[in-house]
Amino acid sequence: MPSLKDLRNRIASVKATQKITKAMQMVAAAKLRRAQQAAEAARPFAERMASVLANLAGAYEGRADAPVLLAGNGRSDVHLLVVCTAERGLCGAFNSSIARLARDTAHRLIAEGKEVKILCVGRKGADQLRRLFADKIVEVIEFKAVRQLTFDHADGVGRKIRAMFEAGEFDVATLFFSRFKSVIQQVPTAHQLIPAQVPTGAVSTVGGAIYECEPGEEEILADLLPRNLSTQVFRALLENAASEQGARMSAMDSATRNAGEMIKKLTTTYNRSRQAMITKELIEIISGADAV
Amino acid sequence: MAEGFKFELVSPARLVLSEEATQVVVPGSEGDFTMLKGHSPFMTTVRPGVVEVTVSGGRIARIFVRGGFADASPAGLTILAEQAIPVEELKADVIAREIQDAEEDVADASTDEVKRVAQEKLDQLRAVFAATTPAGH
Repeated sequence: MPSLKDLRNRIASVKATQKITKAMQMVAAAKLRRAQQAAEAARPFAERMASVLANLAGAYEGRADAPVLLAGNGRSDVHLLVVCTAERGLCGAFNSSIARLARDTAHRLIAEGKEVKILCVGRKGADQLRRLFADKIVEVIEFKAVRQLTFDHADGVGRKIRAMFEAGEFDVATLFFSRFKSVIQQVPTAHQLIPAQVPTGAVSTVGGAIYECEPGEEEILADLLPRNLSTQVFRALLENAASEQGARMSAMDSATRNAGEMIKKLTTTYNRSRQAMITKELIEIISGADAV
Repeated sequence: MAEGFKFELVSPARLVLSEEATQVVVPGSEGDFTMLKGHSPFMTTVRPGVVEVTVSGGRIARIFVRGGFADASPAGLTILAEQAIPVEELKADVIAREIQDAEEDVADASTDEVKRVAQEKLDQLRAVFAATTPAGH
C-alpha cells in the first residue's frame, strides 16, 4: 500500500505528463493544418505533371528505345527501397508502420533472391531498419533542421537516386511513405519510382491530338522524367509530413485521455486511503477516551 | 477585344496563378512565343525568363520562371515551373541565391556537356536579372 505522500507525487507527475501531451496535441493540430495545406497545394503540379507525362509516354509504349528512367534497364536484380519517415517519434505507429512495410518488402525480395539496398529519408525509419538491415542501408538523409520542406529538398533526394541509378547501383526503385487519408487514418504506401509508373487513367486534355514538341519529344521526356522523380519524392514527403502530424495528434489525444483516467483512478485511491487514515485515527482517539 | 483562354502557372509548392488570359508570352527554350486563344497542341521546355501574362481585363502580370515546361493546347496553357516568383517580389537576396545556385551547378558539372548546359542557364539568369532590375533600385 503506497503512502499518501507517494500517491500525491504520482498524481502530480501524471498531471504534468498530461499537460505535456495536451500541448503536443495542440501543436500537432496546428502543424497538421499547415502540412495539409502544403500537401494540397502541391497536388495540381503533380497532377499536371502526370497528365503531361502520360501524353508523352504513350508514344513510347513497348518501344525498345524508351528512356531508361521510363522503361527501366530491363533487369530487376537489385532493388532500392527509399524509406521516408519522420525525424521524431511520439507519433503513434506512424514510423513503425512504414518501417514494417519496408521490412516485409525487403524480406520478400531477399527470399526471391534479389539484392536489396535501402536509402533512408528520416532518422526514425533508419533507427528501426538498422537493427535488421544494417549492412543494406546505403545512406541516411536527415531533414532534422528543416522547418519547411521545399521542392529543393526533394530534388536533392531525387538527384541522389538518379545518380545511383546512372552509376548502375540498382535496377528498380520503390518509394515508401505514408499517404494521408484523414487525421485518424494514414496508409503506408509503396510506390515504384523506376521504372516510372505512368498513370493510365490520366485524362488527356487534347484527346489524343498530336503534340508539336520543341525541342524534340525525346529531349522533353529526358528533362521531364528526372523532374517527375523529384516531384514524386516531394509529394511523398509532404504526404508524410501531414500523416506524421495526424498520427501524432491522435496518439497524443489518446495519451491525454489515458492520463485523465489514471488521475481519476489515483485520486479515488488517494481519497480512500486518506479517509481510512482519518477513520483509524478517530477510532484510536475514541477507544483511548473510553479506556480512561 | 481578344478572346480569353485558361492560363495556369503551377510550381511544386502551389498553384501560382490560374486566370483567364488573352495573351501570354512564354520564354521557350528555343525562343519566346506568344500564346493566343486556340493555339495548336504544343509543348516546350522553358528557359529561365519572364512570363508576361495579359489577364482578361488588360492587367499585365510578369512572373519570373525557372526550369519547367509549357503545355499549350486549344483548351488553354499550363506552365509547370520549378520556381515561379512574381517580378515585383524579386529581391536582391533571391537573385543572389539563384545566381549562386547556378554558379555551383557550373562548378559541380562532371562532364563538358553538363557544364555547357549549366553555363548557358547561368548566362540566361544573369541576362534576365539584368533586364528586370532597373538600375538605381
